[in-house]
Amino acid sequence: MKRTGVFVCHCGINIAGTVDVKKVSEELSKHSGVVHAEDYIYACSDPGQNIIIDAIKEKKLDNVVIACCSPNLHETTFRNAAKTAGLNEFQCEIANIREQCSWVHKDMEKATDKAIKLTRSAVQRVRRNEPLEPISVPVTRRALVIGGGIAGIQSALDLANTGFEVILVEREPSIGGHMIQLSETFPTLDCSQCIMTPKMVEVSKHPKIKLMTYSEVQEISGYVGNFKVKILKKPTYVYADKCTLCDECTKVCPVAVPDEFNLGLTARRAIYIPFPQAIPATFTLDIKNCPGLLPIACGKCTDVCEPGAIDYDMKPEIVEEEVGAIIVATGYDLYEKELLTEYGYGKYPDVLDGLQFERLLSASGPTMGKVLRPSDHKEPKEVVFIQCAGSRDPELHCAYCSKICCMYTAKHAMLYKHHVPDGQAYIFYIDIRSGGKDYEEFVQRAVEDDGVLYLRGKVSKVFEDKGKIKVWGVDTLAGKDIEIDADMVVLATAMRPSKGADELARKLKIAMDKDGFLAEAHPKLKPLESVTSGMFLAGAAQAPKDIPEAVAQASGAAGKAISILSQERLYHAPTVAEVNVNLCTGCGMCVQVCPYDSLSLKDGKVEVNEVLCEGCGTCSATCLRAAIQVKNMTPLQVNEMIKAALGG
Amino acid sequence: MAEEFEPKIVAFLCKWCSSAGSDLAGVSRMQYPPNVIPITVMCSGSVSPLYIFSAFNKGADGVLVSGCHPGDCHYIKGNFYARRRIALVKKLLEYVGLEPERFQMSWISAAEGVKYTKVIKDFVQELKPLGPQKKLRRTQ
Repeated sequence: MKRTGVFVCHCGINIAGTVDVKKVSEELSKHSGVVHAEDYIYACSDPGQNIIIDAIKEKKLDNVVIACCSPNLHETTFRNAAKTAGLNEFQCEIANIREQCSWVHKDMEKATDKAIKLTRSAVQRVRRNEPLEPISVPVTRRALVIGGGIAGIQSALDLANTGFEVILVEREPSIGGHMIQLSETFPTLDCSQCIMTPKMVEVSKHPKIKLMTYSEVQEISGYVGNFKVKILKKPTYVYADKCTLCDECTKVCPVAVPDEFNLGLTARRAIYIPFPQAIPATFTLDIKNCPGLLPIACGKCTDVCEPGAIDYDMKPEIVEEEVGAIIVATGYDLYEKELLTEYGYGKYPDVLDGLQFERLLSASGPTMGKVLRPSDHKEPKEVVFIQCAGSRDPELHCAYCSKICCMYTAKHAMLYKHHVPDGQAYIFYIDIRSGGKDYEEFVQRAVEDDGVLYLRGKVSKVFEDKGKIKVWGVDTLAGKDIEIDADMVVLATAMRPSKGADELARKLKIAMDKDGFLAEAHPKLKPLESVTSGMFLAGAAQAPKDIPEAVAQASGAAGKAISILSQERLYHAPTVAEVNVNLCTGCGMCVQVCPYDSLSLKDGKVEVNEVLCEGCGTCSATCLRAAIQVKNMTPLQVNEMIKAALGG
Repeated sequence: MAEEFEPKIVAFLCKWCSSAGSDLAGVSRMQYPPNVIPITVMCSGSVSPLYIFSAFNKGADGVLVSGCHPGDCHYIKGNFYARRRIALVKKLLEYVGLEPERFQMSWISAAEGVKYTKVIKDFVQELKPLGPQKKLRRTQ
C-alpha cells in the first residue's frame, strides 16, 4: 500500500477559524494508507514547506495531500517542495478547503465535515497518480504575424529586432492597415502617415522579415513551438521587382471601381497601387474587376508596361512555412452600413463614417485635405458628429463601447474647425470617455479652444431636407429637442472584428468572445495569450483599442512569442490522454470530438499525439469502453473521489 | 425529532470557469450551504455519464455539472459536448424515474462567484423537499 502524508494548513484563522483543522488531521490519520497527518499554521511558509519535506523523507511517503487554499495559488509551491524531497511533482495534490470551504461556510461542524471529505477525496486521487515528466519538444525559432496594421507591424519589428525571423502576412496589397488611412492622431495631432510610414519602410527593408502581402493563411496544423502554416499567395499579376511605378497602366485601364483606401470617396482602376507609400511599392491587378486576363478581352495595361512587369499567367501559390509562435493582429472593420440605417448611412452621400472623414481631413486624401461635401464639393458650415453610432446599443446594435470614438470624434470636430474656422461642430454623445494620458485635456481643448458644441443625447432621425441633412435629436441636459440643418453628418461608427477574422479564428482554433473579437486566455492575467498555447493576440482583433494600446499589446505579444522562441525546447503538461490498446476498438468517436486534432487512427487503434493533447478529457467521456483516459484523472480516480466525497 | 434533511451533492466543476468561479465566491466570502462537495475536472466535456451514475449509485442526492458558458470553453468546444451528453443523461435519468431536480447543469464563468453561490443555494433548496435519493442508490 502506498504511504500517504496529509498536511492541513490553518492559513492563520482563514481556515482554522471555521474548520477544525486538528479534527481534519485526526480523521485523515485514520484513513487507510495515510501514515502521517499533521496540521500547521502556514503550510506555504518556509518552515511549513520544510515540515512537508522532512516528513516525506523521514516517513518515506509515496505521496502527499496538502489541504489548504485553491490549487491556483500554491499548487506549484507544494509540488516543488515534494520534488525537493525526491517525489515526482504529480505525487502531490491539493485539497481546496479554503475558497471552497472555510471561506464560504460558518457552521464549524459542517465545514469540518466537508473539509474532511474534500481531503479524503484528494487522498484517493493522489494514490493513483502516476509520476509523470513534462513532455519536451524542440522549438522552431521563427514567428508568424497575421495582419499588417500597426499592431502586426509592431510585433513583427520587435520580433525581428530581437533576432528572430518573422513572416508577416497581410491580405491586402499593402501593409499599413487602418492607421495609414488616418489623418492626424489624438491627442498630439501627429500626422498618422508621418509616424506610420517609417515603420512600414523598416518592415520592408528588414532582413529578418519576410513580408507576404496579398496573402492569406489557409491552413494551420501543429502545436506551440512547431506550427505548420500554409499561406495562399494570391496573384497580383505584377512583378514587384520589375514594376517601376511609372503609372502608365492606370492611365489606360478602362475600369473604375470604388477605392477601398478612400472608402469609396474616389475611384480606382482595376490595376492600382492602394496609396503612394504602399509597401511593397508595386501595382496590383485586381482580377475581380479586370475585364479579363486575355489580350483579347482588354490587355491595355500589358501593352503600355515598358518593363514588362505585368504577367497575366501568374498563378496562386501555396507557400508552406514552419513557425514556433503566432501573433494574430487582424484588426477591425467598421460596423456594416446596412445595419445602421437610422442615420441615413449609406443612403445620403453627406452622411459619412469616421474613416471617410479621416480621408477628407487627410492631406493625401481625395480632397487634398480640404473638408468638402461629397455630394456637391461645397465646404460644410454645420457638421453634426454622432457618437456611439452602433455602440452601446444592446437592443439594436453592439452592446459594447467601441472605446476610441469619444477621442476621435473630439479630434474630428477639432480638425474640422482647423479647416473651417467659421463652421460649427456639434457632437451628440451619451458619455465622454476620455481615460488615457492627455486625453481629457484634449477633449477640453476641443470644447474651450475650438468651440465644439457637445450635446448630451441621442439622435432620433437623420433625413435629407432641401439640400440639408436634418438631424433630430435631444439635449437631455437642457431637456430640449434639438433640430439642426446640417451640411454633413459624421458617424462614430462602432468597431467590429475584421471581416473574415471568425474564419481565421476557426482555422487557428482560437476562441472568440460573444461579439466576435478574439478571446484572450484570461481577462486580467493573460490579456496577450489566446486560449491556444503559442498563439498571441495584438491590437483591435481582441477588442476595440486605440493606437498606443494596440502598440503596447503588440510589443507585449511579441515578448510572449519571444519567451517561446528563445527556448531550445518546450515543455508541455504530461497529463494527456492515453489509450489502452487492448480495449480500443478503433471506433474513432474520440477522434471526432478532440478539439485539438490530437487523436488519429492507426492500424485500427487510436493514437495520441501527446504534444497536441491539452488533457481536456472530452475523449475519455466519449469512449464507450474507457479505452482512452487522461493520465492522473482516470475514471477510476474520479470514482474513488466520488466515493470519498459522499463519505463512503 | 428528525433533523432537517441535508442533501448530499457532488458537483463536477470545470477547472477553468466554474471551479475558478467557486474560488471567487470564496475570495468574496459569499455564503452558501455546505452540502456540496466539489470535484474539479479539466473540462465539463470530460464528465462521463458514468461519473453521474456513479455519484447517484454511491448515495448522492443531487449531482451538478458546471462548465464555462457555451462558446467560452477553455478547450474550445468541450462544453458543447457536455451540453449534448448531459441532456441525454437527464432524459435517461428521468426515464428511469429519478426526479429531474436531482440532476442539474449550469454555466458559471470564472467571474461569476455570485452565480455559483446562487446555483448551490437554489439546488440545496430544491432538493430538500425531495428527501433522500433512493432510486439509484446501491442498497447494501
